[in-house]
Amino acid sequence: MQPVYLDNNATTRVFPEVVDAMLPYFSEQFGNASSIHAFGAEVGGALRQARKSLQALIGAAFDHEIIFTSGGTESNNTAIRSALAVQPGRTEIITSTVEHPAILNLCDWLEKHEGVTVHRIPVDGQGRLDIDAYRDALSDRVALVSLMWANNETGTVFPVDGLAELAHGVGALFHTDAVQAVGKLPINLKETDIDMLSLSSHKFHGPKGLGALYLRKGTRFRPLLRGGHQERGRRAGTENAPAIIGLGKAAEMTRVTMDQDIPRIRALRDRLEKGLIQQIGHCFVTGDPHDRLPNTTTVAFEYIEGEAILLKLNQAGIAASSGSACTSGSLEPSHVLRAMNIPFTAAHGAIRFSLSRETSEEDVNRVLDAMPGIIDGLRDMSPFWSADGAVPDGFNPEYA
Amino acid sequence: MWDYSEKVKEHFFNPRNAGALADANAVGEVGSLSCGDALKLMLKVNPQTEVIEDAGFQTFGCGSAIASSSALTELIIGKTIDEARKLTNQDIADFLDGLPPEKMHCSVMGQEALSAAVAAWKGEELEEDDHEEGALICKCFGVDAGMIERAIRNNKLTTLEMVTFYTKAGGGCSSCREPLEDLLADVNTAMVAEGLLNAAEAYVFGAAPAPQKKKAQGFIIPDQPPAPAPPPQPSAPVQIAIPPAPPAPAAAVITAKETISVAKIIEEMRPIFHADGGDVELVDIAESKVFVHMTGACSGCQIASLTLGGLAKRITETLGRPMRVLPVAKT
Repeated sequence: MQPVYLDNNATTRVFPEVVDAMLPYFSEQFGNASSIHAFGAEVGGALRQARKSLQALIGAAFDHEIIFTSGGTESNNTAIRSALAVQPGRTEIITSTVEHPAILNLCDWLEKHEGVTVHRIPVDGQGRLDIDAYRDALSDRVALVSLMWANNETGTVFPVDGLAELAHGVGALFHTDAVQAVGKLPINLKETDIDMLSLSSHKFHGPKGLGALYLRKGTRFRPLLRGGHQERGRRAGTENAPAIIGLGKAAEMTRVTMDQDIPRIRALRDRLEKGLIQQIGHCFVTGDPHDRLPNTTTVAFEYIEGEAILLKLNQAGIAASSGSACTSGSLEPSHVLRAMNIPFTAAHGAIRFSLSRETSEEDVNRVLDAMPGIIDGLRDMSPFWSADGAVPDGFNPEYA
Repeated sequence: MWDYSEKVKEHFFNPRNAGALADANAVGEVGSLSCGDALKLMLKVNPQTEVIEDAGFQTFGCGSAIASSSALTELIIGKTIDEARKLTNQDIADFLDGLPPEKMHCSVMGQEALSAAVAAWKGEELEEDDHEEGALICKCFGVDAGMIERAIRNNKLTTLEMVTFYTKAGGGCSSCREPLEDLLADVNTAMVAEGLLNAAEAYVFGAAPAPQKKKAQGFIIPDQPPAPAPPPQPSAPVQIAIPPAPPAPAAAVITAKETISVAKIIEEMRPIFHADGGDVELVDIAESKVFVHMTGACSGCQIASLTLGGLAKRITETLGRPMRVLPVAKT
């Protein structure tokens, strides 16, 4: 039986057309774009085309506003360190409690070792940013606001354009980690106040190991990697030509069909989560019901643990992911769900399904067929559950 | 995905004795929802023979927690209470052909639930007794000293990481690191004294005789420069910069005699620089710093930096106090 892949927020399958576009640049067109001879020139032309394709996907005003990097993490590190370096008088950063570790762990480091003050803005129960707390944190000491466009776990979307305007009100730069948003939401950067944006190729069917940093024209900048003159001296190192060309192809394919894909993916997602809620009691959808990525749903199943659900799903040929502690190797459940105050009874049993344009009706049916049995079986084994319903108070372990 | 043994997977997908046991007469419960795993172990014990005739479990937890619970029931059915209480968490892990280190706490949970059930059968007031043997150490996961000590002893744990893997203690906010370190060191010391552990393996905390090199957050705090200025050491390796001395009362001002000495040393060493195709000249002396200007092949040359180190050493020896030699651009 064909496996069902619903973990597209982790990574996506590289489109076969993308692979085809990349392959010649490993073998025949292996030149270095910086070289003067024909080998280099051909690659240079293909890189320019890829840059333009990405420019079109994110609606940047100029193609040179795109700096190719090794991925979302490098883009985030570059953006934050650059913003601090170009504004020596400003030593504060504003971010949120639900960012990706690529932001949070860097901020922790900067706070601990480099004297930066970090404001981590909380979110409400649906993962929405506390705008009042954000306004309060803004001041002329803030070098950079870094807030994600869409959350990887819940799909909740932050109103980044408005947040960027507020940041500019105090003269701070605004960066957004849009790794989960690019390709899933229409993005038109030239119409926004956003100064910097991070994206990653493998989240929209491009190859891994490649990302980009959008840097609005005129934004002061310091490179993270110094060396050669590549990317106009803003990111040294020989271009990863096959990957960039792959990203360009994936960006083009995503952009062309996005208008049809988004409503279709959203309809599949909605059917999946409605079906789960209807068939299975004691579970709920996390995140902002009104402003969420169309492809993402995280459903918290009470009184059972996520890793056990994932193992059973995997046995049924279904790939999903979990905010549970056990799968990550840490012992605490997802920082995102905890920041949203999702109770422990449910946070441990949160399962994320993330769809893509390759997801079919049949995939959703398979999940809807498999899940009730899996959840019932695990609940039957749970000490917090009895056949006539949940009994959270009936169980008093020795230590708690 | 975790690297689970076939046996773990088998017991997870086909758990033995899962579900409530209707006629149980001894029950042990451990864990909580907030911890992320919990186990209710139910035993049916023959009152005459004290043989565990049947067992059932209900587990909230990950794959290895469910597999460990299943294994536990298989291991104890048919045993007497006294035989069963000798069971260790390692027996559970072995039965499953091992658990990933990070998941060993699942086997510990099984063993703890068994202890609780046995205590219930014996009519021992586990709650009361247990709390005498130790305070709550890890508040995130509700782990007390007694449980941690048992895990350390039963499994010969000698690192903090392993203690976390086996008990979860310290795996949350990690604010209990210090008491955890203390406890690990104490228990290891006791185990060495009882001949249960090789002294070389024991975890040592704060008891080291010599300098306090404490491991903190994964990196070693470097040795601080000693408070008094180090006396010149003829055999010391070449150093370009000698740690700045605390301001000695008379040393801050450079005397004319010292300036002449420094100039003389530089003159003497110039042939070495010339040999490399460069040159060095004295620009200024201030407090404990000698500023020199390097030209030709010497500027930017790593070898020249080493030579500057040699220069610093000679100046330090001559003046009898630490001096740094810094290359500067000529103004």
